[in-house]
Amino acid sequence: MNVLDKLKSMEYGPAPENAAKVTEWLEQNERSFGQFIGGQFTRFNKADFFETKNPATGEVLARVSQANADDVDKAVGAARRAQKSWQTLGGHGRARYLYALSRLVQKHSRVLAVLESIDNGKPIRETRDIDVPLVARHFYHHAGWAQLIESEFAGYEPIGVAGQIIPWNFPLLMMAWKIAPAIAAGNTVVLKPAEFTPLTSLMFADIVREAGLPDGVINIITGDGRAGALLVDHPDIDKLAFTGSTEVGRIIRERTAGSGKKLTLELGGKSPFIVFDDADLDSAVEGLVDAIWLNQGQVCCAGSRLLVQEGVAERLISKVKARMEKLRIGSSLDKCIDMGAIVDEIQLERIKALVSQGVDQGAELWQPRCDLPKEGVYYRPTLLTNVDTANIVAREEIFGPVVVSMTFRTQKEAVEIANNTPYGLAASVWSENLNRALEVAPQIKAGVVWINSTNLFDAATGFGGYRESGFGREGGREGMYEYLKLSFEKKLKPLASTGLPAVKTGKSKTGRPRMDQTAKHYIGGKQVRPDGGNSLAVADHKGQLAGFVGDGNYKDIRNAVEAAAAAGSWAGTSTHLRAQILYYIAENLSYRQDEFAARISSLSGCNAQSAAAEVETSIERLFTYGAWADKYESKVHRPPMRGVTLAMKEPVGVIGIGCPDEVPLLGFVSLMAPAIAMGNRVVMLPSERHPLVATDFYQILETSDVPAGVVNIVTGNKDALALVLAKHTNVEGVWFHGSAETSSQIEREAAGNMKRTWVSNGLGYDWFDPEQSEGKHILRRATEIKNVWIPYGDQT
Amino acid sequence: MPKPTGKADGKVTDIGAFARTNQGTEFHADWLEDIRVNLSAVERRTATVIKRRTVKKDWQVAWMLKAISCIDLTTLSGDDTPGRVRRLCAKAKQPVRQDLLEAIGAAELKLTTGAVCVYHAMVPTASAALEGSGVPVAAVSTGFPAGLSPMKTRLQEIGESLAAGANEIDIVITRAHALNQDWPALYEEVRAFRQACGSTHLKTIIATGQLGNMNIVARASMVCMMAGADFIKTSTGMESLNANLPVALVMVRMIRDFYERTGKKVGFKPAGGIRTAKQAIAYLILIKEELANDWLSPSLFRFGASSLLGDLERQIEYHATGSYSAAYRHPIA
Repeated sequence: MNVLDKLKSMEYGPAPENAAKVTEWLEQNERSFGQFIGGQFTRFNKADFFETKNPATGEVLARVSQANADDVDKAVGAARRAQKSWQTLGGHGRARYLYALSRLVQKHSRVLAVLESIDNGKPIRETRDIDVPLVARHFYHHAGWAQLIESEFAGYEPIGVAGQIIPWNFPLLMMAWKIAPAIAAGNTVVLKPAEFTPLTSLMFADIVREAGLPDGVINIITGDGRAGALLVDHPDIDKLAFTGSTEVGRIIRERTAGSGKKLTLELGGKSPFIVFDDADLDSAVEGLVDAIWLNQGQVCCAGSRLLVQEGVAERLISKVKARMEKLRIGSSLDKCIDMGAIVDEIQLERIKALVSQGVDQGAELWQPRCDLPKEGVYYRPTLLTNVDTANIVAREEIFGPVVVSMTFRTQKEAVEIANNTPYGLAASVWSENLNRALEVAPQIKAGVVWINSTNLFDAATGFGGYRESGFGREGGREGMYEYLKLSFEKKLKPLASTGLPAVKTGKSKTGRPRMDQTAKHYIGGKQVRPDGGNSLAVADHKGQLAGFVGDGNYKDIRNAVEAAAAAGSWAGTSTHLRAQILYYIAENLSYRQDEFAARISSLSGCNAQSAAAEVETSIERLFTYGAWADKYESKVHRPPMRGVTLAMKEPVGVIGIGCPDEVPLLGFVSLMAPAIAMGNRVVMLPSERHPLVATDFYQILETSDVPAGVVNIVTGNKDALALVLAKHTNVEGVWFHGSAETSSQIEREAAGNMKRTWVSNGLGYDWFDPEQSEGKHILRRATEIKNVWIPYGDQT
Repeated sequence: MPKPTGKADGKVTDIGAFARTNQGTEFHADWLEDIRVNLSAVERRTATVIKRRTVKKDWQVAWMLKAISCIDLTTLSGDDTPGRVRRLCAKAKQPVRQDLLEAIGAAELKLTTGAVCVYHAMVPTASAALEGSGVPVAAVSTGFPAGLSPMKTRLQEIGESLAAGANEIDIVITRAHALNQDWPALYEEVRAFRQACGSTHLKTIIATGQLGNMNIVARASMVCMMAGADFIKTSTGMESLNANLPVALVMVRMIRDFYERTGKKVGFKPAGGIRTAKQAIAYLILIKEELANDWLSPSLFRFGASSLLGDLERQIEYHATGSYSAAYRHPIA
């Protein structure tokens, strides 16, 4: 023993975690794995496999089979066969299995943590203290949703078979985030872990068997992107959930467009970490460690952009550097390190390349002098200063331990820089002034905002992005909806294509010249002539000329979107005001009830009774959303900390809406009203067959105090204009009721900026039926949930 | 560095490094205005720092020896007697059985505790018992623990303890000054204590358990350092809330700030409630991570503790022999 030397140096010494149980498990499996399908492992495929390595040592841990088309088919088939009985087992039955899974994860927590650490390279501290406990928590929480599903999700049913593709950065946790809500809701799954990190999912397969889950409920296939593509393209998949890069997410959106597969995407980020001059700077520095050096910065919601108020920038940066000098990098199984190995050489090369481009573009690089292990894939914690907003490192996700820093002068500027990115996953706000922090949080376009904290997660609190960080949420009630569908949807029937009749322009019967009626677009609160200077003749139900409407083109759409974007303050108006305006629209419509009924009847040929009913129902629907405007409210969660998370319901933004032909007024109102009730601004594309009902309606809007730009109406070729909207990157959502073909094209085009889409795929809704056509399921489409984490407490 | 302006009433024993006193600075209100402490973030840091670092085997033994060398072995009880204090001093001089030190290869280490800490009345006894050992005597002072005696007698108490042979003085602050954020008043008070101590080592107890929140703790710490504290100390041990890691973190961050502003290294002494080797190592980790190895020394770090030593002895015996130990196998303090 040489205790005295150690007393003199006061260094830490090695503290390796014991990996014997993992080695034992690998040996039991002969370090080779097949696919987990229908409750059994297939034989290891000697002909087509890949190796998974320990990035800290380069050691090959196991050989894993590459799933081929046949494997994927079998896995999907097993899931399909298991689905019905899993669904009919009921909520309580499924809750018991989920409970068993959570208990078994706890029971095997250490071996899971060690395996995760070895396969991924992340520190054992993180897998032991963060990943695995969150996995157990996720299964517990979703055991609860299974238990409550019949009462809490009445009117919904499972989607069917879910294909799930997860990344390598939190292999086990992402697996839990995918599997738990899916099976709680009654779906069965085929999950593909990333090829760098398949082992914990395969160990979980053992747990699935130990829990006695029915065969086929959970299937795990392994392989690289080719296996993922097979899953994405498989025709018998009903739902796809993907976590990974925005690039791949976009491809998936495009490939599944029109397939009817329900989709959630959790993608990349370039999340801001904002430090105001009134922050606890030492704590902010520590927050930054958790933000960007957790898991070597390979975190989609990593706080990778440090925005500091100028007055404290120098002080903060010097504190950051001092803190970085204390970071320890080493073998992932060392219990005394902060950072482990980068997952793979490929990722290391990508990090190096981006940093070097950033430096070429003017960034100043700073790294601490810390020791790096001689072997293994490592990268030093890195600070890039003097980064301007155009630098590649300020815009692109590096997915490594690299933070870029920028300064700002005012709160307003902080928000502008924070939002100056196509991403919108997370943000961290540091200020001891709660007035400021709570004002900034809603202004940031991100699905999660942590106040005076960072990278906190809980199963009850939804996680997911705005903008190109994807759509859908994981965790909480909102995450459950991603694995459920409305029961009525299966009853929807395809609509017959109506087509546009030729317009007969006979002489006026009265002998006097006809009063020319040429309705304009309604943009920014004004009646506007169409940009192209062309009009379209509109026929009544007999094919006689009923009037003219503007023939909208892409410039009209551009102008309408601009007006809608400029009306952003609508989102900040009080819900009471929005309610008042919706009631007022209803009131003004009621004064002209007969006139609208007559117009509908003459245009569509329906009888007077049903025309009157359409107007009456429209008025009622406006009331419904006037009512909801101040009642579809945010939630408060109690995550395991002293504090709260506010699950704020925020408007999606600018939504383009293509309206159905069947009921030109009711369809229009049923889509416009929920959108604006929630604070969105809309560009309405009215029924192409009967647009005059909508152009009459803007007179109602003009007299109802609707602020300019909140509702815009562009007439013309609905399908063509809808595609212009779908491509427009300043439009956040597109709702389209119309043909299957255009629906599919919209989904494909929407991939550009990851718009939220709701398309009818050529199916007809019953707009008179409130179950189908009004209420919370539509309000959910009109909102995004942002979770704002607010730890509090001051008393010691 | 400004020359000491105060004059000590009694004899000053130079005990090497300890005598390098902090003569403080002017009162800087602006150093206090910048201070902001977020309690939740502080708690997250302390909860995780001890999970990010650990010491095992020989390193663990070394760290435990370090902990022992930093203990202010303390008895502060109304029933203290000279006999009890002499026994405590004997323990301070030989805190670990020699056979155990031999077994772990630390025989030649002249291990003692950092100091012995007693009330004024016991200073002569302790001083005599520790004569020639190099173990300093610390006296709690200034109307400890409440500190509400007249200023005159509080200053007098310092003088008398110095005269009786105390090498270190642990004063208590007037909590009202801190609670009411009358920082100039606190500065003046501690300044007066500093002057009364002359070049003798001054520890200021801010009684964190009574201050209500971390911002007050941080500001009181900074004011004491401006006024010339050589150590800032958490607690008297008499409050219902003793030292804990979050409070320690806030105080050591203030020490770091003060060092960055002035170049002066001020020491830290958590006191009260530290009973186990595990806790002690957690504090040492915190100090190493937030400050530097320089502070892992009795000249800049002390534990105010009475029962901690017993647990450290038992853990060291375990490392020496491989068997878990019983308390009765170690001489009591």
